[in-house]
Amino acid sequence: MFQRREFLKAMGAGLLVSVLPNLSYALAPAGYQRLLVLVELKGGNDGLNTVIPYSSDDYYRLRPSIGIARPQVLQLSEQVGLHPAMHSLLPLWQNHEVAVLQGVGYPEPNLSHFRSIEIWETASASNQYLGEGWLTRLFRSQPTPPGFAADGVVLSSQNLGPLDGGARAVVLSNPQDFARQAKLAADQQAGAHSSALSHILKVEGDIRTAASALQQAPMKPPANPADAPTAPPKAAGGFAQAINTLADILQNGTRIAVARITLTGFDTHGNQQPTQARLLGELADGLALLKTRMQAQGRWDDTLVLSYAEFGRRPRENGNRGTDHGTANSHFLLGGRVKGGLYGQTAPLAGLSDGNLPYAIDFRQLYSTVVQDWWGKDASSLFGQRFGRLPLLRA
Amino acid sequence: MNCVIRLLLLALLPLQAWAGIGEAGARHLLSRTGFGANPAQIALYAPLSRQQAVDRLLDHVSYSALTAPPAWVNEPFDRPGKTNLSEDEKKALQKERNEHAQELRGWWLEEMRISPSPLAEKMTLFWHNHFVSALDKVGVPQLMYQQNVLLRRQALGNFGQLLHTIARDPAMMRYLDTVNNRKGQPNENFAREVMELFTLGEGHYSEQDIRQAARAFTGWSLDKDFQFVYRPNLHDNGDKTIFGQQGNFDGDDVLDMLLRKPQTARFVTLKLWKYLVSPAPNEADIQRLSALFYRDNYEIRPLLRAMLLTPAFWNSQGQLVKSPVELTVGTLVTFDLTPPDWRALAGLNRQLGQDVFNPPNVKGWPGGDAWINSTTLLTRKQFLDRLSHDAAPIRNSFVMADGQMDEQRGREARIRRLVQAGLRPIKLQPDEWAAIYHVNTAADATRLLLAVPPAQPLPADMTGAQAIAPLLLDPAYQVH
Repeated sequence: MFQRREFLKAMGAGLLVSVLPNLSYALAPAGYQRLLVLVELKGGNDGLNTVIPYSSDDYYRLRPSIGIARPQVLQLSEQVGLHPAMHSLLPLWQNHEVAVLQGVGYPEPNLSHFRSIEIWETASASNQYLGEGWLTRLFRSQPTPPGFAADGVVLSSQNLGPLDGGARAVVLSNPQDFARQAKLAADQQAGAHSSALSHILKVEGDIRTAASALQQAPMKPPANPADAPTAPPKAAGGFAQAINTLADILQNGTRIAVARITLTGFDTHGNQQPTQARLLGELADGLALLKTRMQAQGRWDDTLVLSYAEFGRRPRENGNRGTDHGTANSHFLLGGRVKGGLYGQTAPLAGLSDGNLPYAIDFRQLYSTVVQDWWGKDASSLFGQRFGRLPLLRA
Repeated sequence: MNCVIRLLLLALLPLQAWAGIGEAGARHLLSRTGFGANPAQIALYAPLSRQQAVDRLLDHVSYSALTAPPAWVNEPFDRPGKTNLSEDEKKALQKERNEHAQELRGWWLEEMRISPSPLAEKMTLFWHNHFVSALDKVGVPQLMYQQNVLLRRQALGNFGQLLHTIARDPAMMRYLDTVNNRKGQPNENFAREVMELFTLGEGHYSEQDIRQAARAFTGWSLDKDFQFVYRPNLHDNGDKTIFGQQGNFDGDDVLDMLLRKPQTARFVTLKLWKYLVSPAPNEADIQRLSALFYRDNYEIRPLLRAMLLTPAFWNSQGQLVKSPVELTVGTLVTFDLTPPDWRALAGLNRQLGQDVFNPPNVKGWPGGDAWINSTTLLTRKQFLDRLSHDAAPIRNSFVMADGQMDEQRGREARIRRLVQAGLRPIKLQPDEWAAIYHVNTAADATRLLLAVPPAQPLPADMTGAQAIAPLLLDPAYQVH
């Protein structure tokens, strides 16, 4: 039944695509036409000062010097609220487009930056080493359509993360530079090669495919930006620039399933407050910018943003007005089809002194939700075991 | 009659047995056991038999670096995390450390380039990526230098001795938290990694073995000058049960237990095979070589010799992706180039994913295909393009309107490019290089530069000098 309905939807969309190409995104069936934007908060953002349990005395007991004063907190409920630097997310929250995920983690957490981010990016168990990113495994078993410029693009990082190990992925900072440099990549030659040479030829092919898709779709500046009803806010900082780069290439008609953007600097062991405030401001402003730009393209309903980080921070502040590596963390899911609200569990701080937080949502539940409910793909064999999905999305 | 045939065969045999490895064989051996291969070195090895060539390599190993280290390596240093510093002082200290770290990286890369025994550097790099420590956590460049000296001294020595030495190495003790492991408050970091990554590999020990082994290493500590010291009052003297054996073991006992397991010999042999031969190990060879390694009490040199003499090694051309240092330093070696600022080259290697003295985590660089993604590949190609733009005979690219060549303008443009690239005195002069080494034809150049035929066949009638640029940019140049 489900398959038949999918089939009919696909047929319908296919017909519409041929007649009304401009509506194709809005009416596309679940599939890789829908975009996933992963936002990596590198260094392990302190989730407890991001989604703040301001009604808890324990919070202020554990954080005498870095706790965010109650009147400053942007209240989301009677228990929790956002860091004041994140005010630009409030309109999205009020529009029910932000799911706040509290207590995201995994069993037997690893507090090493490297190992922990590897766990997040390969979606392995904490004692399991996998050589491929979770998206690479997905795209191998259930590939993106041939017309796609790449499975994914990586912005603000050299590291492919969840696309590591074989996905068609390109790292972009400046699309024009990329297209220019890509001329150095060779055309793929058929023939029997060692696996090492085959891999290089594959990457050269990925580069050329992505570069030619970027070139075939030259930059289309808006007809008259001043007249546009939703003129995007002015970009400031590297994160906003990456958002604009992404929006630009999508506006050109470049098709990808995933973008990963990294915001660096969250390793705040000392003097955390000013650094985190700046970064959370950049994050919130950037996400609001992304909504504006995707909405202008009619694609906000087909955009899903998920944040992640290697770990959260310990509830008790350290002696340097900072926080040390901890476990469960708060994350965000945003998009036109997100069922906004609070999910998971507010950090149980009572009785805690030097302890770490338990998790309420396994991050692989989020990945399963993305794969099955967002893309309509099969997640059953991706993560070693099945993880229950969360009702985070509207149909 | 029979006798005559036998005589004939005997006469032929020496020819076969002593046939030289040839240019392609020499290039393969030198590239795998070192960094790149210069035509002069190739010429030296080409007439030798496999055995002669391998023995020659192994007989010319030096155990200390030729390049003088930066002066500060022997100077006393402040403990990282020293308190009572102002913000400005902290920043200044951090800046100094970063500069030292860059100098240290440059120092090693330079040594790789000029070393008369690149094999020593190749093996030092292997152990650096096996017994991993990283400057980011160790925090003291001096300690990383000391560890590098230690790894080079024992690079072809005895693995068991190396294991015992590295376990007491101050950089290692800081990197894997041995210094925080004390009676009653065990820190399991070293105990875990020594089993998982240094000796047995995953699946050959239990969590119980790790916990008990951590107790055995208690009392190993560093004094205020970061030198190894044993503190008996911090050592746990209780009985431990490790691998089913019970006793009041100390750290050295645990290391000896690990060495008694043939799995350790297998694990290290397999890793060395993947480093020098191919990503696809051949089970029969691995079994034979690891049995030899075990029987020889973990002597590294005979293992290396036997591995390099396997037919599989000689048939593995093109099966390995060049690591960033193999690509960059190797290219410099091949073309006799020396950058003025090795720190810039260290920066390039960091961009390419191999920041020496700073592997990404305790597992080290994964290597192989992971070296190559769209960014690192384009960065590699840009580096080679910069050199090979230079390498393209200048007269090809600066033809003036009247058909004359503006060589002056060409030279200036080339120098400008190199200045921008921070690599000024790198002067790849293809005509000169080709003339010196008699690289007359494109086929000569291909044999000297590539392990496998180019993925993009060269146009006919190219000279050796003209072939250099396309060969450097060919995907096949990325493998060896």
